[in-house]
Amino acid sequence: MRLRLVPQDTNWDFFSRPLLWLGISGVLMVVALVSFFLQGLNYGIDFRGGTTIRTESAESVDVGAYRDALAALELGDVVISEVFDPNFRDDQNVAMVRIQAQEGEEAVSSEVIEQARGALQQVSPDIKFVSVESVGPKVSGELIRTAFIAVALAIGAVLVYIWLRFEWQFALGAVAALVHDIVLTIGIFSEAQIRFDLAIIAALLTIVGYSLNDTVVVFDRVRENLIKYKSKDLKEVLNISINETLSRTFMTSVTTLLALIALFVLGGDVIRGFVFAMIWGVIVGTYSSIFVASIVLLRLGVKRDWSKPTDTTGNQFGDVDA
Amino acid sequence: MLQIESWKRVLIWATVALGLLLAMPNAFYSRVETHNDAVKAIDLGADTTENRDAASTWPGFLPSGLVNLGLDLRGGAHLLAEVQVQDVYAARIDALWPDVRDVLRDARAEVGTIRLQPSAPGELRVRISEPEGMDRALELVRGLARPVVSLTGAGATDLAVSGEEDEVVVTLSEAEKTATDERTIQQSLEIIRRRIDEVGTREPTIQRQGFDRILIQVPGIGSAQELKDIIGTTAQLTFQPVVGRSTDPGTSPGVGNELLPSLDEEGVFYTLEQAPVVTGEELVDAQPAFDQNGQPAVNFRFNPAGARKFGDYTAENIGSPFAIVLDDEVISAPVIQSHIPGGSGIITGNFTIEESTNLAILLRAGALPAELEFLEERTIGPELGQDSIDAGKIATIVAFVAVLVFMGLSYGLFGLFANIALILNIALIFGLLSLIGATLTLPGIAGIVLTVGMAVDANVLVFERIREELRTARGPARAIELGYEKALSAIVDANITTFITAVILYLMGSGPVRGFAVTLGFGILTSVFTAIFVTRLLIVMWFERRRPKTLEV
Repeated sequence: MRLRLVPQDTNWDFFSRPLLWLGISGVLMVVALVSFFLQGLNYGIDFRGGTTIRTESAESVDVGAYRDALAALELGDVVISEVFDPNFRDDQNVAMVRIQAQEGEEAVSSEVIEQARGALQQVSPDIKFVSVESVGPKVSGELIRTAFIAVALAIGAVLVYIWLRFEWQFALGAVAALVHDIVLTIGIFSEAQIRFDLAIIAALLTIVGYSLNDTVVVFDRVRENLIKYKSKDLKEVLNISINETLSRTFMTSVTTLLALIALFVLGGDVIRGFVFAMIWGVIVGTYSSIFVASIVLLRLGVKRDWSKPTDTTGNQFGDVDA
Repeated sequence: MLQIESWKRVLIWATVALGLLLAMPNAFYSRVETHNDAVKAIDLGADTTENRDAASTWPGFLPSGLVNLGLDLRGGAHLLAEVQVQDVYAARIDALWPDVRDVLRDARAEVGTIRLQPSAPGELRVRISEPEGMDRALELVRGLARPVVSLTGAGATDLAVSGEEDEVVVTLSEAEKTATDERTIQQSLEIIRRRIDEVGTREPTIQRQGFDRILIQVPGIGSAQELKDIIGTTAQLTFQPVVGRSTDPGTSPGVGNELLPSLDEEGVFYTLEQAPVVTGEELVDAQPAFDQNGQPAVNFRFNPAGARKFGDYTAENIGSPFAIVLDDEVISAPVIQSHIPGGSGIITGNFTIEESTNLAILLRAGALPAELEFLEERTIGPELGQDSIDAGKIATIVAFVAVLVFMGLSYGLFGLFANIALILNIALIFGLLSLIGATLTLPGIAGIVLTVGMAVDANVLVFERIREELRTARGPARAIELGYEKALSAIVDANITTFITAVILYLMGSGPVRGFAVTLGFGILTSVFTAIFVTRLLIVMWFERRRPKTLEV
């Protein structure tokens, strides 16, 4: 007996309440944007400059003592947090110390780092500084700009590719889903104040890739079915296509999630934020390819006159032999 | 019907075998690494039995390319430095004053007395007492300009000279500034490379980034501060009088002298007076050039103080050799042909153009030409790297097993085929990474894990399609064929779009993010390959043996 995530022949109506789904997505996006503009993101040093020090000591971390020791140095905003992870050994107590970029400093100041190290050493003599990272405000500004350009470029490139391979309505549908996924991901990072650094941008772009992957598979089937069922209306064709690809959509999402969850639990705290972004992205991306991309496509309508030689549309690459 | 020609089968298996072969060294990481280090050491001349033994731990006919571990996995230091190019303008302009003074003084009758005025850095202001002579003064000073040595600035000269009322203002021309910037950065790169090579760490990365930035990554170094200290140490360039030359390293140099080896001539040692005539700190410029016979040579120029000392020394010692010493090695020991006034001179020798260019760089490379401002510094301890590797390994194995089991449960025998393809897929990724010597970072490991999850997608697309076709198509063979045929466009479109984002990540990202983009991109390539070729071949081979009447996917 095979494991089936989805019954063999589904005939679920995904478009019975398009406004409800669009409404939910819309509300979530508004919440995300409000949170982003009011609360902002918890930018890591990659994006706002400053220094992070990761410490490790045999004795347990006394956040208060660390804070007092560093307060005496008057380094401005200092954030200290203890890090927990199932992978840590018993005598491995880890803390992250973040120090803001110092006023009027274009570059990294080694004195600040030295001072902070000295002060922490006073509190806990056996302390080890397993990583010390410092980014000057000059670079962090550029990194933020580059990151935004990267995301914009990715969306633009995809828009063009889908436009070329499909029709412009499909491209807009796919991009609507992408923007939806990115906004919701940024939203949850803002809402939960998870540290947002360069790696998260990589995660965002991967979400772009993944969400598209999903959307394109559905659209590919839509394109095929539009030819197959010339007389059925668009809504019905969309529904058939989503139902037909549903099993695959769930299989791929589950295998990807299995791998990501393993990484989330066991991969260590350094990349946990990154993996969290991707897990969230896979869930949101799967949802959006059905409920956002398709509904947008339904609203925009699609050219039904596929009078071009139809036998090649939909499987241009179909005659490639192994 | 379900046929794959034999040459295609051979090609598919050959590709897989090649990938496995390239990936194999990574399974014996430390052994291969020891071997590689030893081979490198032997190449550099350290042909000891120890190194030979170490080299023989891995058979030489096998590939020995490894995936480099990024700083976040191996530990080390990362610096991003910005070269303060404008520092150089001021030094260049200041060194010009004696020449300007001399030419104007010679034309005292027309321009009157001259006086240096205070000015902004990078600018020389000279007041002349007879403003009517301005045209003549400008003409004279412009005569000092030399053509710019660069591709873009062809035809331009290096100085911009203008008159403001009774002041002659000299600055570097825009073309010269561009050329100078370029030289300054090249020079800084060269020096940093020399400094770090001297420390002898494995696989340092020293790269120019953007226009005036240098990225330095050194694995295995204790801290970014340590790295800054190494880079910060200035090279010792000196010009020293030569006392004698010998081939015996045991020669006693005598009081006040020292014995130094020659850089080019093996086994040759020079006895030099310890006190240098001039040091590299007083050198303002060195350029590759040609001597009067058209032979490659190097032009150099001192600042005023250096020029005076050098001039006096050469005047008194015509006919004797003097040595150009860099970091306790004699670069060359030419014989002084004539008195060299004015602080500029030419080093001739049996140079090729390349050698003269390198020597010019080396000469200039004495000290960092401009200050470095550090914009980013990161130190990652080796323990953290090891923890990350361990965690990454466990996570990858668990993710792998979970996906394998899930695929087996979902698709039975076909799931097994997909699983074989998945394992090959990971091996192929490592093969590709080793082949191009890519760097594996922590996000890179995440990329591989993500690939494990997504790689099955192409197979899932095909299998689901085969299931659908089984309901309508005539027989299992036709269903399999149609399944592959119809799933192909979805596979191609879906993977190309993901690949586009991987490429953009690679182009725009840096460091760890790039590492992620590389593994993601390779993962897409190999997963498409394994899904549409390897799995298909496996299914076809199975089908040929069994000829099942019915099929359950």
